[in-house]
Amino acid sequence: MLYSEKVMDHFRNPRNLGTMEDADAVGEVGNAKCGDIMRIYLKIKDDIITDVKFITFGCGSAIASSSMATEMIKGKPVSEALQLSNKAVVEALEGLPAHKLHCSVLAEEAVKAAVKDYYDKNGIAYDKEQFKQGPTCACGDH
Amino acid sequence: MTEQKLIYVDNSATTKMSQAAVDAMLPYLAEFYGNPSSLHSVGQRAAEAITLARAQIAACLDCTPQEIYFTSGGSEADNQALLSAAMIGERKGKKHIISTAIEHHAVLHTLRRLQKQGFEVTLLDAHQDGLVRPEELAAAIRPDTCLVSVMFANNEIGTIQPIEEIGRICKEKGVMFHTDAVQAVGHIPVSVQKAQADFLALSAHKFHGPKGIGVLYAKKGIPLTNLIEGGAQERGKRAGTENIPAIMGMAAALKEACDHLDENAAKMRAMRDRLIEGLSVIPHSTVNGDHVKRLPGNVNMCFEGIEGESLLLLLDDKGICASSGSACTSGSLDPSHVLLAIGLPHEVAHGSLRLSLSEENTMEEMEYIIKAVPEVVAYLRAISPIWHDLEEGKKNHVI
Ligand SMILES: Cc1ncc(COP(=O)(O)O)c(C=O)c1O
Repeated sequence: MLYSEKVMDHFRNPRNLGTMEDADAVGEVGNAKCGDIMRIYLKIKDDIITDVKFITFGCGSAIASSSMATEMIKGKPVSEALQLSNKAVVEALEGLPAHKLHCSVLAEEAVKAAVKDYYDKNGIAYDKEQFKQGPTCACGDH
Repeated sequence: MTEQKLIYVDNSATTKMSQAAVDAMLPYLAEFYGNPSSLHSVGQRAAEAITLARAQIAACLDCTPQEIYFTSGGSEADNQALLSAAMIGERKGKKHIISTAIEHHAVLHTLRRLQKQGFEVTLLDAHQDGLVRPEELAAAIRPDTCLVSVMFANNEIGTIQPIEEIGRICKEKGVMFHTDAVQAVGHIPVSVQKAQADFLALSAHKFHGPKGIGVLYAKKGIPLTNLIEGGAQERGKRAGTENIPAIMGMAAALKEACDHLDENAAKMRAMRDRLIEGLSVIPHSTVNGDHVKRLPGNVNMCFEGIEGESLLLLLDDKGICASSGSACTSGSLDPSHVLLAIGLPHEVAHGSLRLSLSEENTMEEMEYIIKAVPEVVAYLRAISPIWHDLEEGKKNHVI
């Protein structure tokens, strides 16, 4: 089997799947050419992520990684969500095949992009260094 | 929970062995274990079996038994054909090879190796319909062209090339011609005489034979270059004690396939056309490759806004075993080179689905697939940011 049982569980039964009409922040990363795009919606109250939703275009591990990431940040303070690492997502998923690790990086970046959107919308100052994105995709387009 | 029925529609990847092939192999695994190079009776029993198998395969391909070389499969046969032709060309100072952009990697990667050795390679355009144009081939042939290599039928989009015209052009211009017929043999009529081919590659596991065995046909008088040196097997051109069980299984499978070619093709064509008709109602979908010049069992479609691997996994959950040319399934970062070569944008090529049939599939299975695929596509679109953008008019539909 290509994927762990945990990955297949999150792929088959994604948590927090869907869009959000009244989101306080939205983050989207990835590109169609590379074959994966994640969009994460946040509902934030008193600096706590009270609700989170996602939609993803991509392979099994992309869908599972976004599902897991949303589960890991739900109910957490925004500052804590910012600390979510791709490694933590991979561990929670009980591993990803080496050539699928970029999916977990994308999940981390999707969360960061949503938080950045929240900060921008609310005029909250932040350290720009924290939101630097690495190249997640090497398909030659950028 | 009731046991789910398995629907195997990935026959271009590999096929289930036929009972005839299994039956032909078993005695040579259990009883007749001799080495055909041995002079004693046990060895000679094996040697006789190989002679018979070679004659049977030659009859199916319309050539002589002396023109059949057993290999470990399609890849080895392609490698040996190209490297042999290149050696012949090099001796004459001809170092230009023409092939197509949609060949199997067994051909493309061997050509890449030859390029590193100083050969020049021209890849013909396969156009949007996945078909090579003979006039473009004729125009590409140069005085220093030693070889033309064009696949008989494509493994992804199923398009059948105008092989006889290509063979005629090569003959007229005095250029050697190789055809990778791995997806064609046993499915559509293949005659090396009609194709006027100098080399042809086939692989047993694509027509209900065993894996790891194939044939290189090389026209009489053409000197082959060894890939494997050693004993004198295959008239000194491919060393190694013969895989007799596999050879026997291949011969039996090929005979059965050739005996039932027309009836099997008609059955598959009916199922193929029903599938294409039934799945084409999915909005923003497209059929890849020419509709007519197409393998009887090949369906290849793209669905906009979704990714192929997740499609395959969800279909697998519904008992449907298929394949895709998406990057995630090709094991590289790019989607299938074939889909890109026929002009599909990356994002569309990621959403491809190949269903490759065998005569053992049923119309009932096709109806199940026609119900299942639209459900999965609709679900994946509902959770796809690309699809949302397309629906909201933020992006334009490509197909
Ligand atoms: C067109 C084509 N050529 C070559 C091959 C390689 O054959 P084999 O798997 O026997 O090495 C395949 C099989 O995938 C094929 O489809």
